[in-house]
Amino acid sequence: MANRVNLQGNQACALGAIAAGCTFYGGYPITPSSEVAEAMARELPKVGGTFIQMEDEIASMGAVVGASMGGVKAMTATSGPGFSLKQENLGYACGAEIPCVIVNVMRGGPSTGMPTRPAQGDVMQARWGTHGDHPIIVLTPASVSECYTETIRAFDLTEQLRVPVIVLIDEVIGHLVETVDLDDLTPQTTVSRKFADTPVEGFEPYAVTEDMIPPFPRPGDGYRSHTTGLTHMPNGFPTQNPAKAEAALTRTTDKLVLHKDLIEFCQLIECAGADLVIVAIGISARAAEQAVRDLRGQGVNVGLFRPLTLWPFPETTLKAAVQGAKAVLVPEMNQGQMVLEVERLMAGDLPVHALNKIDGEAITPSEIAAKVKEVL
Amino acid sequence: MKDLEPETPFEINDYIRLEQMPHFLCPGCGHGIALRALLWAVHELQIDKDKLAVVSGIGCSGRLSAYIDANTFHTTHGRPLAFATGLALARPDLHVIVITGDGDSLAIGGNHLIHACRRNLNLTCMMLNNEIYGMTGGQVSPTTSSNRYTTTTPAGNTEPVFDACALASAAGASFVGREVTMQVTGLKNLMRGAIEHHGFSFVEVISDCTEIYGRKNDLGMSPEMMLSQKATMRPEAYRNTVDVPFRPNALECGVLTQKDRPEYGSAYREMTANLRAKGKQHG
Ligand SMILES: Cc1ncc(C[n+]2csc(CCOP(=O)(O)OP(=O)(O)O)c2C)c(N)n1
Ligand code: SF4
Ligand SMILES: [Mg+2]
Repeated sequence: MANRVNLQGNQACALGAIAAGCTFYGGYPITPSSEVAEAMARELPKVGGTFIQMEDEIASMGAVVGASMGGVKAMTATSGPGFSLKQENLGYACGAEIPCVIVNVMRGGPSTGMPTRPAQGDVMQARWGTHGDHPIIVLTPASVSECYTETIRAFDLTEQLRVPVIVLIDEVIGHLVETVDLDDLTPQTTVSRKFADTPVEGFEPYAVTEDMIPPFPRPGDGYRSHTTGLTHMPNGFPTQNPAKAEAALTRTTDKLVLHKDLIEFCQLIECAGADLVIVAIGISARAAEQAVRDLRGQGVNVGLFRPLTLWPFPETTLKAAVQGAKAVLVPEMNQGQMVLEVERLMAGDLPVHALNKIDGEAITPSEIAAKVKEVL
Repeated sequence: MKDLEPETPFEINDYIRLEQMPHFLCPGCGHGIALRALLWAVHELQIDKDKLAVVSGIGCSGRLSAYIDANTFHTTHGRPLAFATGLALARPDLHVIVITGDGDSLAIGGNHLIHACRRNLNLTCMMLNNEIYGMTGGQVSPTTSSNRYTTTTPAGNTEPVFDACALASAAGASFVGREVTMQVTGLKNLMRGAIEHHGFSFVEVISDCTEIYGRKNDLGMSPEMMLSQKATMRPEAYRNTVDVPFRPNALECGVLTQKDRPEYGSAYREMTANLRAKGKQHG
């Protein structure tokens, strides 16, 4: 039976979280993300879950990680300034490998910036916002239905891999209303983390398994293990032994390389035989898709590469997608962030052009088309 | 928790991770005594270690969680109450105890402390007040006494001092108490009351940082520091007596606040259960 509804991107993130089995939300209001919290406050009680509005974003991130340490699926949502406040506890979750999902609805920045205007200025904050070398996954839905499905995928990934996942959308996508069929979009199964079930005797909470993802010891199941943000050994206790410290840190980043195929997800539109490939995310990708259609109609051979997994960046797929192209264009609503990664990957093989906009307006298809014609 | 007293006497080795010994505290540090009192209370209440969760912040105080044979979480500086709030709401079946320091809970974590008091979630918070940032080498804290020397008050402290218990009570904590480490049995009893209390309980332990604070201020070794703390305290039994021989500003010890207020977790779960029941009726 169809379940067609008019839904906003932010609300779709919330409903996606519920569909994924999320039972805890800790948040703090901030435009343009507040609808995620409001939807969770309404929906969670219906499934026996818990919503709490904490005293600030630092606390909400702490509460989310705390709930997840208890073994439940947990999420928070925020925007730029709040995302900055969440970074320390997000780093803790990266280091201690605690699953959690953070929706970041990007607005103009820095600081209070333009709270109700869209931007894509957190491309780098999402990757490098917390301190130290750390693993992280960032997903970039570009429609209301993708807000739903990518939030579900975010939970599946965070639970499976024990790495925090950020759902990164811009204000336009967050506030966009589209008609979606939730029944069509809801998967049959969702993934929960692998809970430890081996004998308590000799159990090591960060044991190096073949898949590099240690089974999670749920409090109450008898393991009585220790969790810390200090660099730790497989037994969970801190170490400063150089070899052990390096091994521990390397495993948490290597696990993303090992599970690359599970994580990476992109959409390629008309890339085969394209003279120019556009690389874009979020609302800029929606504009780029329209530009591709318009330009193709005019006989200009362009394609679109859309990394739904922004970090880790799908390097191999991008390199394959630009085979035969003469140039790459990266339109983004910032002063040039994702373009740095694309330039790094093209390594001088192909010219990489940027189209940047920081005036609080979305990039339009005609702006992209004009830039394509200029550089081709 | 069970009503009967435990049959076996308290043996600390039953509650600590012996393989983590030797511990990292300096000789004479009061934090070890506080740990003992806490575990003694856990023993008397016969709390199942599998159901005990200890959440700590960062500091010498925060390091204690690693020594406890339970589900232990050493979190971030100032935030253990935030982590514990999520954990206790997600897992109401666990006994969640927070260990924090004066810097951890009153400076960087002050916001979380007052809101935890206001919310009245079923958590126990044990704050080890040694009047100093021990872990980072002895900087001034919100509880450093007037004129005391620290590495960041080289000419003596001129900042006013927080009264942590008054703060917690004013913010709404439904159980508040204070004890000095010299009174181990009293501290154990206080911790017991705090854990048994249904709601947010806050206990301030007057601890001593012998190695840094004591040394820098010529306060003597640990026994001298503990004795002078004991000399400034006013035990619960003497709360309403004339001041002699106690100092007029004596540190009041024992249970300072105990009141019945709705516990946040139960109230939330009741609300959601009602909503779900209603939803079923209508739907
Ligand atoms: C965000 C952050 N800021 C600063 C520090 C450094 N730091 C570690 S412990 C500590 C103070 C601890 O003092 P207190 O809470 O009184 O604990 P004690 O060591 O005295 O038991 C500080 C400032 C940190 N770890 N994290
Ligand atoms: S530095 Fe002070 S607080 Fe820390 S362990 Fe040593 S005596 Fe205790
Ligand atoms: Mg201290």
